Amino acid sequence: MFDSLGFEWRVALRFLREGRMQTLLIVVGVAAGVAVVTYISALISGLQRNTLEKTLGAQPHVTLSAPDDAVLPPAAPASGSAAMLQTQPRAQRPRSIVNWQALVPVLEAMPAVSAVSPMVAGAGLALRGEASRSIALVGVELERYDRIVGLRGKVSEGEARLGPGDAILGRDLASDLGVRVGDRVAVVVAGPGGSVSDSARVTALVDLGVRELNRRTVIVPLRAAQSLVGLPGGATNLDLTLADVWSAAALSEELARRYPYKVESWQQLNAQLVSALNAQSVSTALIRGVVMIVVVLGIASVLVVSVVQKRREIGILRAMGATQGQVLRVFLLQGAMVGAAGSLLGVLLAVALIWAFTTFVRGSDGLPLFSITLAPDLALRIALLATACGVLAAVAPARRAAALDPAQAIRL
Amino acid sequence: MNARAPLIELDGVRKRYNVGRPNEAEVLHGISLALHAGEFAALIGPSGSGKSTLLNIIGLLETMTEGRYRIQGEEVSGLDDAGLTLKRRAALGFVFQFHHLLPAFSALENVTLPALMREGRVSRVQREHAREVLAAMGLEGAMHKRPGELSGGMQQRVAIARALVMRPPLVLADEPTGNLDRHSSDEVFALMRRMHAELGTSFLIVTHDPRLAERCDRIVELVDGRIERDAARTP
Repeated sequence: MFDSLGFEWRVALRFLREGRMQTLLIVVGVAAGVAVVTYISALISGLQRNTLEKTLGAQPHVTLSAPDDAVLPPAAPASGSAAMLQTQPRAQRPRSIVNWQALVPVLEAMPAVSAVSPMVAGAGLALRGEASRSIALVGVELERYDRIVGLRGKVSEGEARLGPGDAILGRDLASDLGVRVGDRVAVVVAGPGGSVSDSARVTALVDLGVRELNRRTVIVPLRAAQSLVGLPGGATNLDLTLADVWSAAALSEELARRYPYKVESWQQLNAQLVSALNAQSVSTALIRGVVMIVVVLGIASVLVVSVVQKRREIGILRAMGATQGQVLRVFLLQGAMVGAAGSLLGVLLAVALIWAFTTFVRGSDGLPLFSITLAPDLALRIALLATACGVLAAVAPARRAAALDPAQAIRL
Repeated sequence: MNARAPLIELDGVRKRYNVGRPNEAEVLHGISLALHAGEFAALIGPSGSGKSTLLNIIGLLETMTEGRYRIQGEEVSGLDDAGLTLKRRAALGFVFQFHHLLPAFSALENVTLPALMREGRVSRVQREHAREVLAAMGLEGAMHKRPGELSGGMQQRVAIARALVMRPPLVLADEPTGNLDRHSSDEVFALMRRMHAELGTSFLIVTHDPRLAERCDRIVELVDGRIERDAARTP
């Protein structure tokens, strides 16, 4: 079988086998580098995915709402005269998106959009006996809203149902009010024409993943919220979920250009989170880069030493008729083999590290902190990159070997 | 002198080192030499006379500074590195003083290396031929041993087998017995003579040993970079 391998493969393999300890050390070095890069990539990717899931699990990717009320500028003063103006910003009242019913199917038809849900949002109070809590009132159509935030998956008690007179409460709010599933709770919303109140039966308690939301959220049917907020037939927001969360910024820009509404992406609403994710990504890329440079330098240094050690053999091969190209390829192949072997070992090591992390590192609740998986394409990309680095590292030593003067090399 | 076209022909070959520098030195001063197919010649001379330099030029391992050099009628002075390498492959075999086998390869693998180098694989026929050549060298039992496991004489016999396996018309041997005891030295020399007789391969042997030189058919003596004597052996 060995005879079918080309001259370069065979000589490269033998050279590596001959310097066994040297080869072993550099393969282990490459493996360590690849393991670090793979593990960190998987860890950061898992952490970011987990953070995004937690953040976006309770909010839409893009929100359309009516534009803010603005003070109209006064007429320009006559030429030659000056006017001193002080403008008081207008108080924002609940307003509906104009013609939202016609807009929903248009948005749903967009390829990037996977779900659209109309919502009436307002502020109010929830009352139960002597207890009262300020609330964020959310009026939705349950089926649509479920596709935005996966509400049914967040039910901690009861069954998610939003018939007329039903309500779903955040878990902590129910606890504050002393409410259980099946109890009634009063909801009061103050408006310009006085307070409007309604009574609702609690069908389910939900854990939205964020304590503040759990302490304030009351979800009622869309129609009930329209009555409470004073927007009959209206919707204050249209919530959108996208197939690709990272396309939200671009889509919101496009929608803002197309429609006279206020359009906000989750990135705009979570600018700090996005900055943190970007900082993580940049840091990961830097670590990857530095580790790969170390890998390249490690392989290169070993091969440079190998070229010096094997000068005589190179001279003999050249005297026997090996071309400069053949000698060059012998050393490039050594770099590739070291890179490939190190990559394979490194990926296996990374799998072991990931297994150790998910098995032994637990949160205070005894559950894994977050899930890390090594995507096959990520492992393959890193392995190919490390192999390419091996070849790159071998370029200088290989050129040096190929350029050796055979007569001088033999004399040494 | 042989009337046939020479196998190699040097005409006014000069070799200078450090050209254009203050320490420029000429080590070969206009060497003219022809070697015909089937010759068995010795190249002798004191240390520093330029024997190894001349052998390296003939072996296309070094380039000459001036002059003309033809191998099998082809002028080689204009060839680039790739051209010289191919010519070296096709026409020349080498035997060095310090055996110069590849330590990571067995005796048989060292002998099959030239075929592997040329074709990227070793055919069964080539492998059998390599076995035969090694057997002819008396190395049947040592084919799978690494050079480090062989005696100096055995290593040199492997090196001769490697030089001959592709049947080059000319083998250049640089002090092939210089590192061997008298007994091994005689054995190796006898082997080269036998291969010359059986295969018709030409040999040019650089040696310090007058005893061996006297057993060659022709002696070329180099002194201070010039041919001092070029004579057929007197029977």
